[in-house]
Amino acid sequence: MTSAPVPLTPAQSAAKARRLGSWYFAEHTLRVMRTYAASVLMYSVGTPLAYLFAMGVGLAALIDANGAGAFGGVDYLTFLAPALVASAAMMSATGEFMFPIMDGFKWRRTFFGPHASPLAPAQIAQGHIIGVTIRILVPTAIYFAIVVLFGAAPGPWAWVSIFTATLCALSFGLPLMAYVSTLTKDSGQFAAVQRFIVTPLFLFSGTFFPLATLPWFLQWIGWLSPLWHATELGRVLSYGYAEPAWLGAVHVLYMLATAVAGAVLSRRIFTRRMGA
Amino acid sequence: MKPQLVWGNPLWDSKACTSLVRVSIQTRGSAASPYVISAHNLTKKYGDFTAVDNISFDIPAGESFGLLGPNGAGKSTTMRMIGGVSQRSGGTLSIMGLDPEKYGPEVRSHLGVVPQQDNLDEELKVRDNLIVYGRYFGLPLSYLKPKADELLEFAQLSEKAGAKVDDLSGGMKRRLTIARSLVNDPKILLLDEPTTGLDPQARHILWDRLFRLKEAGTTLVLTTHYMDEAEQLCDRIVVVDKGRIMAEGSPAALIRQYSTREVLEVRFGSERNATVAAELAGIGERTETLPDRVLIYTDDGERALEEVAARGLSPLTSLIRRSSLEDVFLRLTGRSLID
Ligand SMILES: Nc1ncnc2c1ncn2[C@@H]1O[C@H](COP(=O)(O)OP(=O)(O)OP(=O)(O)O)[C@@H](O)[C@H]1O
Ligand SMILES: [Mg+2]
Repeated sequence: MTSAPVPLTPAQSAAKARRLGSWYFAEHTLRVMRTYAASVLMYSVGTPLAYLFAMGVGLAALIDANGAGAFGGVDYLTFLAPALVASAAMMSATGEFMFPIMDGFKWRRTFFGPHASPLAPAQIAQGHIIGVTIRILVPTAIYFAIVVLFGAAPGPWAWVSIFTATLCALSFGLPLMAYVSTLTKDSGQFAAVQRFIVTPLFLFSGTFFPLATLPWFLQWIGWLSPLWHATELGRVLSYGYAEPAWLGAVHVLYMLATAVAGAVLSRRIFTRRMGA
Repeated sequence: MKPQLVWGNPLWDSKACTSLVRVSIQTRGSAASPYVISAHNLTKKYGDFTAVDNISFDIPAGESFGLLGPNGAGKSTTMRMIGGVSQRSGGTLSIMGLDPEKYGPEVRSHLGVVPQQDNLDEELKVRDNLIVYGRYFGLPLSYLKPKADELLEFAQLSEKAGAKVDDLSGGMKRRLTIARSLVNDPKILLLDEPTTGLDPQARHILWDRLFRLKEAGTTLVLTTHYMDEAEQLCDRIVVVDKGRIMAEGSPAALIRQYSTREVLEVRFGSERNATVAAELAGIGERTETLPDRVLIYTDDGERALEEVAARGLSPLTSLIRRSSLEDVFLRLTGRSLID
C-alpha cells in the first residue's frame, strides 16, 4: 500500500478520542440518520400540518364557539400547540432511544465496532445521546415554525419551547435508553412501551385539556409525565400562562433530573455490558 | 503523576495524556520488554465458568502468532481481552507496555481488530463505513477519503463503494471488516477467524496481503480453524483447549513433536471402522479412530499399508499423507478442529 502516512500517532489518536470520542460517535449517529433524513423531514412538516389542521383548526373552531374561557382566555389552538410540539419531540425520542440501542447491542451489534476503536463505551452512549438530541431539535424547530405560521405562538419567548420540548424528549428518552440497554431480547417490550406508556402520557398529560379537569386519581400521571411538565412550561413561554415561579422551576428540574439520571445510568450500563 | 482518566472529560489535558503514554511506552515497552503483547496467567471467568484459564504468552514485535483451538476453547475471549474490550478476571496483560484496563483508548489506538462476527453499520454505504471508523481514531477526512478508496481497492470492493453494506455478500462484508481494521495503519493486527466465509480465491488474496503486512513489520495475532492458514501465516502457534494452552511452537516443531512424519488414512465404512481398529493395533506408532476413518501414525506410510494388507484387511480407500497441524490438534485435544 502506498498512501499518505497516518497523520496521527497512536498516542495522539487516543488523546483525541478521550477528548472528542462522544462527538465522533455522534457524527456516526448523524450519518446514519442522514440516510433517512428525507423521511424525517417529511414527517416533521407533515405531522404538524396534519395535527394543527385537524385538531387545531377543526376542533378548535368547535371548542372556541362553545366558550373559550376554559383555556385560560386563549383560543384552543394556542392552548394546544405547546403540547403538540412537546409530544412530537417525545415520540421521535421514543423510537431513537429504543431501536438503535437494541441494534447496537443485539441485532446488528453496531456498538461493538466502535468499541474496538479508541472510543469507550460511555462515549458511545453519550455520542448516541448527542446525535439524537440534534436529530430532535431540528423537527421540533420546524414544528414550532409551523405553529408560528398558524399564529398559535403569540409570546416573545415562545421559541424557547423548542428547547423545553427537546428537554422533554430527553427526560423521557434517556431513562428509556437505560432500560433498553439492559434488554437482551425483544419480547414485545417496544410495543408495550408505545402502547402502555407513550400513548397514555400523550392523552393524560394535560395535552388536550388542563390536567385539573382529570379525576384526581389520574392526575399523578401528569406529575410523573415529562410531557406535562414540558407542556406547562411551553404554555407559560408561548402565551404567558400564569403559574407560580416555583412550579416553573419544578418543571425544569424534574426534566433535567430524569434526563441526567437516564444518561448516567446508560453510561454505566454500556460500560458494564460492553466490557463483559 | 497519577492522572485520573475520565471518558470524554473536557477538562482532560490531552498533552499530559500524550506525554504520559509516551513515557510509559519508553520505560516499559522498549527498555524493559521486547514484547508488544505480554499475557501472564491471563484468566477470564463468566460467573462460575472459566473461559480462559491462566494462560501466558509473549509476542515480540513483527511476529505472526496463532491461537488454535476447537469451538469454545477461549480464543475469541482471549482476543477480546488483548483488544482491550473485555475485562480480565485475573492475571496481567500488557499491550505496547500498557495495561488495556487502565489505558484502553491508548491500547486500542495501536490495534486493528477483525472480530469474529462482523459488526459493520449496514445502514451506511461501504465507503462511509471506513470513513466513520477512521473518525474514531481522530483522523481527518482529508486523510480518510483517499485512504478509504485505497482500502476498498485492497479489499477488491471498489465497485461497491457506494453500495449499502446490507447489499454485500457475506464474504464481501468480511473483506470490508478486514479493510476497516487497517484504516489507522495499525502495527498490531488482531484477526479472529479472518477468512471464515471467504471463497478460496479471496482467502489466498488475503493471505498474500497479510503476508505483506507482516513483511512490513506488522504483528499479527490470529485465530483460525484452517490448518493450512495457520501453517502458511503463523511463525508460532499455541494450541488452546478449554481455556488452557496445550502446546506451543512453530507449526513444523509442533508437527515434529506431536505427530509422526506420515499418516495412513484407511476407511472401512462407517460401521466397521471401530471394529477394525482393534485389528490394526501395533501398526505404526499410534492409531486414531474417527467416525469416518482410521488414522495410522507412522514414519513410513507405505510399509504400514503393506502391513494392513498382510493382516488380511482390505480398506475401501487408503491414503498416505504428511502429518499436519490437524493431527497435532487431534493428538492434543482428542477432537477434530472443525466440529
Ligand atoms: N459473554 C459471555 N458470557 C458467558 N459465557 C461466554 C461469553 N462469551 C464466551 N463465553 C463462553 O466462553 C467460552 C469460550 O468462548 P470463545 O468465544 O472465547 O471461544 P472460541 O475459542 O472463540 O470458540 P469458536 O471457535 O467457536 O469461536 C465458551 O464456552 C463460551 O460459551
Ligand atoms: Mg471465537
